[in-house]
Amino acid sequence: MSEHQMNGAEALILSLEKIGIEVAFGIPGGSAIPLYDAMYKVRKKMKFVLVRHEQGAAHMADGYARATGKPAAVLVTSGPGAANTVTGIMTAYMDSIPMIVVTGQSVRGMLGKDAFQEADIFNLTLPIVKHSYLLKNANDIPRVLKEAYHIATTGRPGPVLIDVPKDVGTDLCTAGLDAEMNLPGYHPEPKGYTPETLQAIADALAKSRRPVIVAGHGAVLSHAEDELRTLAETMQIPVTSTLLGKGVFPDSHALSLEGLGMHGTAYANRALVECDLMISVGARLDDRILGVPAMFCRDAVKIHIDIDAAEFGKLVKPDIRCRGDAKTVLQDLLPLLEPGDTAEWRKALAGYKKKWPLGYAKKGGLHPPQIIDALNKLTGGKAVMTTDVGQHQMWAWQFYKCDKPWQFISSGGAGTMGFGLPSAIGAQFGRPDETVVAIVGDGGFQMTMSELATAAIHKLPVKVFLMNNHYLGMVRQWQDMFYDERYSGVDLEGNPDFVQLAKAYGILGLNLKRAADIPKVLKKALEHRGPVLVNVEVVKHEEVYPMVPPGKPLEDTVMEHPKKKKGRPAGRRATTAATKANRE
Amino acid sequence: MNKALPTHNLSIYVANRPGALVRIAQAFSRRGFNIESLVVSPGATGDFSRMTITAKGDEAGLEQIIMQCSKLVDVLACREHSDEEVVARELGLVKVAVDAAQRGEVLQIADHFRAKTVDLTETSIVLEVTGGSEKLDAMVELLRKFKIVELVRTGKVIMARGEGET
Ligand SMILES: Cc1ncc(C[n+]2csc(CCOP(=O)(O)OP(=O)(O)O)c2C)c(N)n1
Ligand SMILES: [Mg+2]
Repeated sequence: MSEHQMNGAEALILSLEKIGIEVAFGIPGGSAIPLYDAMYKVRKKMKFVLVRHEQGAAHMADGYARATGKPAAVLVTSGPGAANTVTGIMTAYMDSIPMIVVTGQSVRGMLGKDAFQEADIFNLTLPIVKHSYLLKNANDIPRVLKEAYHIATTGRPGPVLIDVPKDVGTDLCTAGLDAEMNLPGYHPEPKGYTPETLQAIADALAKSRRPVIVAGHGAVLSHAEDELRTLAETMQIPVTSTLLGKGVFPDSHALSLEGLGMHGTAYANRALVECDLMISVGARLDDRILGVPAMFCRDAVKIHIDIDAAEFGKLVKPDIRCRGDAKTVLQDLLPLLEPGDTAEWRKALAGYKKKWPLGYAKKGGLHPPQIIDALNKLTGGKAVMTTDVGQHQMWAWQFYKCDKPWQFISSGGAGTMGFGLPSAIGAQFGRPDETVVAIVGDGGFQMTMSELATAAIHKLPVKVFLMNNHYLGMVRQWQDMFYDERYSGVDLEGNPDFVQLAKAYGILGLNLKRAADIPKVLKKALEHRGPVLVNVEVVKHEEVYPMVPPGKPLEDTVMEHPKKKKGRPAGRRATTAATKANRE
Repeated sequence: MNKALPTHNLSIYVANRPGALVRIAQAFSRRGFNIESLVVSPGATGDFSRMTITAKGDEAGLEQIIMQCSKLVDVLACREHSDEEVVARELGLVKVAVDAAQRGEVLQIADHFRAKTVDLTETSIVLEVTGGSEKLDAMVELLRKFKIVELVRTGKVIMARGEGET
């Protein structure tokens, strides 16, 4: 930069590189041209990926962060470009994912005048960002970028948006790239607990005869897997993990109860019903895992460890609250532990595991859980798996077994359809040498499938397994179970020929239609060196169980259709059963 | 459902940045809290603002809001204060339509509340009153017997007593 003074856009790109952003996803446009011009001129290390839809860009950055722990950038234009990222930002915000979103904006003089492609993205996104900036001065850029990274990645992580008016990008930036942060109100990791808090937790644990650990995303984000395991093993406490906590405690561990909540295992839910102590490590205890919040662990001592004080008492009032980073809290807690006696409890739970194992039908067509199970065996649970949202997501959670965190990537809080493919692309950019598998439904996949182009261009070997039930399956399941089989707006008639679609993008497309072909097709897909789309023609009518019906407590976990008659073929109309279910 | 919800006094010390007010307002509105009054003014040093908010709502909701506000990047402190902990003041301007015959009684009321006459015409009078919100309420109530043309109140500002921090 000696003979050439840098403008704001160049300062922004150089700052992105300086703070350590390794990859940016995006699409340019009028207001973002200075940013893209700066990329052309000054970008060195940072990879840029042109996507096909800005929602895809945000999900890719999200998937990248969930696979690596590092934030990526999203670089889009004003108005529609920025607005298209909203779903992706919301998805990241709900799941505490760090991300730097840079949006082009109309020139300063046009702000508020309904200029072409002017959208007030700063205000539009206020409730779904951890923090945001509207830049008014090019000299602020190095400081703002540094702050943005710091805010996105510390404490409870989250997305940060920076709105850059076009003429801020073209103004001279005379500030050096080594800026000082100025964040007087931001204290991300205050230890909000005392030795007494820890002692109270240790005492409660020592007294408990029926304890359960709920491990959540916070445990993953703070890399607390070792401490968590030590806690569970020293005290012999069974562990259940949330959707986003999957793998932070090994699914294969004898103390693992796997998932909990609406589609958790029956034994995990039973453990929460019967426990005398529940300790949540980095789970926010949201409505999808509580059943009826007021009835959740009603008679148990409830201990809540979270880095975000605003999570305490949101739905569940804890007896002991402990604000802090999960790893640090556990490190401080471990020396205080005195093993209790949980032998009887573990025996009871082993009984429940025998009584209510996870299972699925194997006859009468292909079943999604069967495919996941086969994938699990073929990959040894070592592949990175992303999912879309719907039935297939829940089956993936249930039947893919992870022994490590940072491996199962799914939109939890937001439940965003369309997340599966782009997040897999982002994950593959972050972990180029690992197998990345995306489990998607025919509904959600079609929301962002244009990103097949992105996968093809970058020769990303993502393996997409499309569970094609020709339905918005999860909604159909609810209509089947709770709305008297009034299927409304769920038939995906008109699905394209997905194998032809894959071919149109120049990638390998495979059909899987018969159980006998499972090993052959899955192997072929996994061994293929480029992107693959496997269209799996699964049975149209199949429901995810166990299920806690909406509005019901965990006590009411059901293992089959509430009024299922023996021998009732899946999906056949059973008026009496459905009518009865509806009346309840 | 009809139980009267308590009113809370909140004081928020915030870095003076664009968007800070909206972020705070959203923390209230998203949780169904109605802000009754809101005063924003410069703090003791230039880069910071002091917001005093009174709002109605249940305790659990309030705790959520305090924690949500506290974690905003621009917020340095967000505290609730009971009426006893603080001195609270509000200023009100009341314009009353009065003719010469009524003026005497209006001035008597004003005198009782130590209100100042800040504007006077043949047909109207503007009074300025300072004090606790209840005092303003009481004066306004007495003036209702006349025709109140306009009423403007600043909303409550509070400061912790003694060594307490606002
Ligand atoms: C963007 C978006 N729109 C709507 C929904 C509501 N929804 C949740 S699951 C689901 C059905 C998903 O269908 P599909 O992708 O085919 O997966 P399946 O359940 O059949 O496995 C729908 C419509 C959603 N979660 N996200
Ligand atoms: Mg489907």
